[in-house]
Amino acid sequence: MDILITGLLLGGTYALIAMGLNLQYGMARIMNLANGEFLVAGGFAAFWFYTAGQVSPLLTIFIVAPLAFAVNWLIYVVMLRPLVRRAKSQGQLEVDAILTTFGLAFVSVGIMLALFGGDYFSYSYLARPITLIGDTYALNRVTAALAAVIICGGLWLWLNRTRAGMSIRAIAVDPKSARLVGIDVPRLSALAFALGGAVTAVGGALISTFLTLDASTGVMFTLKALVIVIMGGVGDVRGTIVAALLLGILETVVATLIDPGLTLAAAYLLFVLILLFRPQGLFGRRTS
Amino acid sequence: MTKRDWQSLTLSAVLLAVAACLPLTGDAYMLSIGITIAMYAVLATSWALFSGPTHYISLATAAFFGLGTYTTAIGIENGMNYWLTLPIAAILGAVLAALVGFATLRLSGVYFVIFTLGLAELVRQVVTWGQNVSGQKGLYVLTDITEVHIYWQLVALAGIVYLTGWAIGRSRLGFALRIIGDDEEVARHSGINTSRAKILLFMVSGATAAVVGSMLAPRYIYIEPALAFSPMLSFLVVIMALLGGTGRLWGPLVGVIPFTLLFETISASFPNQTTLLLGLSFLVIVYLLPRGFVGLIESGKRRLRDREAFA
Repeated sequence: MDILITGLLLGGTYALIAMGLNLQYGMARIMNLANGEFLVAGGFAAFWFYTAGQVSPLLTIFIVAPLAFAVNWLIYVVMLRPLVRRAKSQGQLEVDAILTTFGLAFVSVGIMLALFGGDYFSYSYLARPITLIGDTYALNRVTAALAAVIICGGLWLWLNRTRAGMSIRAIAVDPKSARLVGIDVPRLSALAFALGGAVTAVGGALISTFLTLDASTGVMFTLKALVIVIMGGVGDVRGTIVAALLLGILETVVATLIDPGLTLAAAYLLFVLILLFRPQGLFGRRTS
Repeated sequence: MTKRDWQSLTLSAVLLAVAACLPLTGDAYMLSIGITIAMYAVLATSWALFSGPTHYISLATAAFFGLGTYTTAIGIENGMNYWLTLPIAAILGAVLAALVGFATLRLSGVYFVIFTLGLAELVRQVVTWGQNVSGQKGLYVLTDITEVHIYWQLVALAGIVYLTGWAIGRSRLGFALRIIGDDEEVARHSGINTSRAKILLFMVSGATAAVVGSMLAPRYIYIEPALAFSPMLSFLVVIMALLGGTGRLWGPLVGVIPFTLLFETISASFPNQTTLLLGLSFLVIVYLLPRGFVGLIESGKRRLRDREAFA
């Protein structure tokens, strides 16, 4: 029971990060391998504001989100749009996008190393125990998971109830046909990419309240988010959330019962099973 | 075989023989750089054998390399002959590549990239865990193999890799891979077993990287997971191969030599900026050199020829 709830709490935060990546990969069609670096940058911002000005991380996210949105929008328009235009096929765009975002990831790690050094950073925020159904949990984990639920819910409503959200989902299904029904694909792809970056950075700010981060941990989060997105089905919001919760639980089980050093191995085990048996994702339908 | 084939074969053999003479200079620093260059040349060329024609970017080099290093280290600790550990490493590397290929290469390229990205970390975590359970920290590799021996082994391996690459390029398998790289759908419709072709070549590449890992084990003397499975290695190999250009067999070598020298200089004087350098190199490759130095050389040649035609 204890493990289950801890896992669900962790999974809630993972859901938020994976949502960010899903907006970028599923909707904007850019495999962003620098995703985890934005998460770490969001965490750094929360850390910095908290230690320098005692600003609560829950308020910092309102600064982090617009900032990350603007930066990601710029990255899309300046760096990625030329690649989208240049690409002759989806495959070539994928290779270019992977190499470019790798480059971006390394550049941002380099910059963060130069600015903050290679140390781990952590701070103590809401590190109080809270009792839920007879067991105690850290309040910061519960708060982060709650915030993640609220943001995921908001995103889900936005994607399903607004015109912009529905257009973005249409692009996710088929970018070519979306153009035919009068959807401004380039503009909305940039929007989806920027929004994805903002969501990830917010996730980073929330995660930094209870996990210790350092400048080079980003890639681990990118990997986990990728595993979640693929497991849930690319472009599928509901699948992403279920997959994130599953991964959260599995990781907690492995970390408590076997060894905390094996969390990535656990994620990979799940990944291999998905690839072998349901490569279209948990809820996806087979396309070919 | 045509006359040109014989010419390029002879030229390559002569160049390899010249490269093998490097230890005769007696300069220890030159030898150490030479080993690094030879190691990356083998790794980048074998990487390009698979990723060049298919455009599947493999980031698993470090996993295979580490596997080889550990095979040799464990083998020697248990009293095995060093030379016996090399073929075992090759077999293990091929098996690991086959498993990874079987899980991911039947699907789109993105899955493969993601999977290989985490593979080294995955193996590292498992090895670390295994060591924690058995209570052992690192391994000592004590042999009488010197740097010169390592260098000669690597040059010989480079020769084998070039010969293999040349043979594959002329075979049905190489032809099939080029078609897959152009259009996988077309390849499938013309009766090519695409997964089989991709997995086979990935096994060649994986086995080679594992053997390189084995050969370098005696150089490290003391081996621990963080060293053997360093993810940096995978990225360096990708950058060097793409920087040189994967369209030609000799392409990666053109990238390896300048980049190794640049990387050694940067890491000696600004050790904290190496990640920044890697990042910028990726961006340079995508935006300025999409076909690598080879592409640059070939378009230069073409321009020269055009000018001559006009004159």
